[in-house]
Amino acid sequence: MLRYTLNRILLMIPTLIGVAVLVFFMLRVVPGDIVEVKLRGDGGNISQEVVDAERKRLGLDRPLLIQFKDYMFGLARGDLGISMWTERPVIEEIALRLELSLEVAILATIIAILLAVPLGTVAALMRDTWVDYAVRIITIGGLSIPAFWFGMLMMLTLLSLFNWLPPIVFTPIYVDPVANLSQLIWPALAVGYRYCAVTARMIRSSLLEVMTEDYIRTARAKGVYEKLVVSRHALRNALLPAITVIGLEFAFLIGGLVVTEQVFNLNGIGQLFVQSVSRNDFMLIQGMVIMIAAFYVVVNLVVDLMYAIFDPRIRYQ
Amino acid sequence: MKAPILGLLGAIAFTFGVAATGAEAQQPKRGGTLQFAISAEAPHYDPHASDTYATLHFSSPFYSTLLRYNLSKFPQIEGDLAKSWTVSPDKLTYTFVLNDGVKFHDGTALTSADIKATYDRMRNPPQGVVSTRRATFADIDSIDTPSPNTVVFKLKAVNSSMLDHFASPWNVVYAAKDITADPAAPRTKINGTGPFTFVEHVKGSHVAGKRNENYFKKGLPYLDGYRGVFTLQAAAMLNALQGGQVLGEFRGISPAERDRLVSAMGDKLRVEESSWTLNLLVSFNTEKPPFNDVRVRRALLMAIDRWGGSQGLSRISTLRAVGGVVRPGSPLATPEAELVKLPGFGKDIKAARAEARKLLKEAGQENLKFVLWNRNLAMPYTPAGIFLVDQWRQIGVEVEHKQSDTAPYIAAMQSGNFDVAIDFSNLFNDDPTLSMTKYLSHKGNPLNMSRANDAEIDKLYEQQLREGDVEKRKALIRALEKRAFEQGYQQPLLWWHRIVPTHKVVMGWKMSPSHNLGADLADVWLNQ
Amino acid sequence: MTSISPAVAVPAVLPKRRSVVVDFCRQQSLGAVSFAVIVVMMFAGMFSELVAPYDPLQIDFGSILAPPSWDHWMGTDAFGRDIFSRIIFGSRTALVIGFTSAFIGASLGAMLGVASAYFGGKIDDWIQRFVDILLAFPIIVLALVVVAAFRKTTVAGVDVNLIVAIAIPILPRVARVVRAAALSVRVMPYVDAARAAGYSNRRIIFRHMAPNVVAPYLIMFTAFIAQAILLEASLSFLGLGVTEPTAAWGLMLSGNAADFYREAPWLILFPGIAISLAVFAFNLFGDSLRDYLDPRFKV
Repeated sequence: MLRYTLNRILLMIPTLIGVAVLVFFMLRVVPGDIVEVKLRGDGGNISQEVVDAERKRLGLDRPLLIQFKDYMFGLARGDLGISMWTERPVIEEIALRLELSLEVAILATIIAILLAVPLGTVAALMRDTWVDYAVRIITIGGLSIPAFWFGMLMMLTLLSLFNWLPPIVFTPIYVDPVANLSQLIWPALAVGYRYCAVTARMIRSSLLEVMTEDYIRTARAKGVYEKLVVSRHALRNALLPAITVIGLEFAFLIGGLVVTEQVFNLNGIGQLFVQSVSRNDFMLIQGMVIMIAAFYVVVNLVVDLMYAIFDPRIRYQ
Repeated sequence: MKAPILGLLGAIAFTFGVAATGAEAQQPKRGGTLQFAISAEAPHYDPHASDTYATLHFSSPFYSTLLRYNLSKFPQIEGDLAKSWTVSPDKLTYTFVLNDGVKFHDGTALTSADIKATYDRMRNPPQGVVSTRRATFADIDSIDTPSPNTVVFKLKAVNSSMLDHFASPWNVVYAAKDITADPAAPRTKINGTGPFTFVEHVKGSHVAGKRNENYFKKGLPYLDGYRGVFTLQAAAMLNALQGGQVLGEFRGISPAERDRLVSAMGDKLRVEESSWTLNLLVSFNTEKPPFNDVRVRRALLMAIDRWGGSQGLSRISTLRAVGGVVRPGSPLATPEAELVKLPGFGKDIKAARAEARKLLKEAGQENLKFVLWNRNLAMPYTPAGIFLVDQWRQIGVEVEHKQSDTAPYIAAMQSGNFDVAIDFSNLFNDDPTLSMTKYLSHKGNPLNMSRANDAEIDKLYEQQLREGDVEKRKALIRALEKRAFEQGYQQPLLWWHRIVPTHKVVMGWKMSPSHNLGADLADVWLNQ
Repeated sequence: MTSISPAVAVPAVLPKRRSVVVDFCRQQSLGAVSFAVIVVMMFAGMFSELVAPYDPLQIDFGSILAPPSWDHWMGTDAFGRDIFSRIIFGSRTALVIGFTSAFIGASLGAMLGVASAYFGGKIDDWIQRFVDILLAFPIIVLALVVVAAFRKTTVAGVDVNLIVAIAIPILPRVARVVRAAALSVRVMPYVDAARAAGYSNRRIIFRHMAPNVVAPYLIMFTAFIAQAILLEASLSFLGLGVTEPTAAWGLMLSGNAADFYREAPWLILFPGIAISLAVFAFNLFGDSLRDYLDPRFKV
């Protein structure tokens, strides 16, 4: 078990290095410069010498491999580089906005779990009845309705029915919980709907799977009270894949916030990422991708470990 | 004994008169914080290095300039840091007398040395400093500071635009000690003489300033402070305005957005409109066949129904006025009667399109197909592109509309890797010298996307720059415009229309044709 | 060992060809309905020129923001373009991009998965390493990076760079699942027997392994068409996907469509419904397909 864990942790490193290398070179395949955007993007009269001088100052005129070497050595030290747009450290730019995005992600998770467990359980227990169909439709709706459209409709409904809008500036939850929650509950709902749908489906299908297992049938045959059967045996075993999905989808949430933050004008890492793509701010894109990848890989590892711990049948051979 | 009674009657009449005129004569109230929307966030704080209003809406309240525009009587110029100024009869010497008692936010007193240091930084930027207005100050020969409150600028040659440059909102004055110690300091540190002092900037969220108690204009500013909230989506900005979370947006919105706000907010909204010193241009890559053929260029320009199109476009976008190289309606603009004679500006679109087809046939380009490069900004670039594609279809030309992010767009323009593009002109005043820089020969002129070199245009440009007499200057401008449009290297599509929404409680803010002006908020007060 | 969706942990088997369709419709009624919706969409996408009453690019400043009427079933947008026609042509954009990117991603992923499972050893290791790297990104993040990397390239009016951007994140996810499915076959004795008997690799792969991965492949393929359509809509909404004046559902929701929510709510209602319906149909169909093909659920 320990060897398996260590093995996996060691495997993380080449994966992350691979991510860094892939993103670095992929972004630089096509020429197109942030320096030009910064200096000439607003129609200013900037001569070529000034552009070249700025490029030199930012170190962007050096050969690609030298830039790559510096970048990788920086990574080894934990330095994600300097944003090409603001010339502030990438870590600083991300840290500023991480709190908001994490809070929305956590809120969405809480909402999702609170709704998914009852929905998935009920659908599995009452399989092939109208209840099951209704839940299946609701959950597929969550997978199908674009989160940004859902968010748009939410905002416009609030505005036209109540003439009320969530606060536009972020206040941390420990400073003013009311303002904080009234701003973030809506994007959490928009993102959480999909999350809830995936989790509910997973709970339903794994419950169904477990309920056809031999030991459950045996317990039923022995006449054990139906409710006990479900709650003690089935649910416990069905929750494991559900936890897997929750863990995996949580990492995806960070990426999923990308579209939602646009709609709600939130100053989170999703918006930061979209902006960095529009501006061709390679360093920021790289830094964010590596951070997201690291996060995802760690969550993946934790989930796999939990899987291995709780289900001895699926231990790594 | 009549006098006191007359006095009393006079007072009563005056009071009624004031009441009748209403809000305009109201006394400004001190206090309150203005929260408004800024639709973009600039990467640094230095207006010398910037061309975007985002920097000005952020920084102007912290700084002052030597002169500025009197927005009630635009384009009249008044002093800001300068109490008064004189121009020598030969127009080569500009002498400014500075106001007394001006202090920077850190307590340092302003002297002429600071003015000199600031202008030296702009015309001769040291290593590591970007000055986007370097070319505009090329004519300055020397800057002298005979006394702590006098600055003397000596020019090498007569420059008819010089006073406008001193009034430019971008030329904010820094402290000599700050920029001597670190020339790049203004990018990240703010120390100015403006009506507000810097409080905080939360990246991605907002910028805040509070009243400068030692502001040299006594009694100002009225506001206790301000907060500029970054709303990067237009929808978010409109929602916030409608919901009352921001009290205004000072760049400009589209007619449809205005209509929505008016119907939603009714009485609570004030809308101010003016023509705008911005335009979009159609630019041909004259180095790439068949756009090196003047017949092809002219044909494509003539196919565009500017007068008709402006009706529809002005309802859904900020595009509106038909004009030439200078903003239509401004003092030096070509009157309509003259404008319609130029290719592309005629009012008979059927005849123009027939002529265009003929020209294309002559040039052997009947089945012309090309790619139109455009920025992927919704307003008004998208409508402009869609409109142009449609117009060119009417003469049988097939156009692929390619909208892209700023980076690839700029790269394509600068490297000449395009056929035809929609270009833009971002001006802060009506000075023809500024707006015609685009038409100067491509050699050494990064603003000319059409890559055309035309010596005649260069000559006319130089002549009008040095011409002191207004009428003679007008004639030269007309001649340049005629030459540029007949050759058709690039041509304005339409000039924009500025619509600024504010809540009725916001008073004292002044409208102007440029969104780069009036951002210092010194005269703004809240009627609450 | 890596996590697989438990629903396909046991290899599903494709039933015999005879009366499959009828059987399917009878057992999975919801699936049949969704299949019908898909067929309608495909018809609209293929024959858009015949189905749509107007040219989707035609501007008409005379009737901008017109409400739904007999002339314009879904109203017009800010340029006077007929929304119904744009929705019809939008289905072409969605299906072309969704289908192609899902097909390329799923097929390449399946090939990698089978190769990985069959050859095992070092080859498996290296492929898995590569897949791990690609899997380290959420789908939209990887798509955005590819969008940032490559310029917009159109071939015959189709955004090829967008297709690549969407296909790439799909590849590793399919590869994982297919590999697991193929692995479970590999350990079966008859494969060893075939090898011992001297059958060529190719024959073993095609005759024995491949049929067992077809079912999971089909299921993932339909699921990812849904994802691809949603992803294309999201990217176009962000302004990083399809651009004007092409008719695309996500694009119709971006820009100033939301500004007109009071005077012209149909601008944001119809495209959103279209996206939801399309993704819904493919998801439901994929669901029903899986239920039908997975023998354990045949109660």
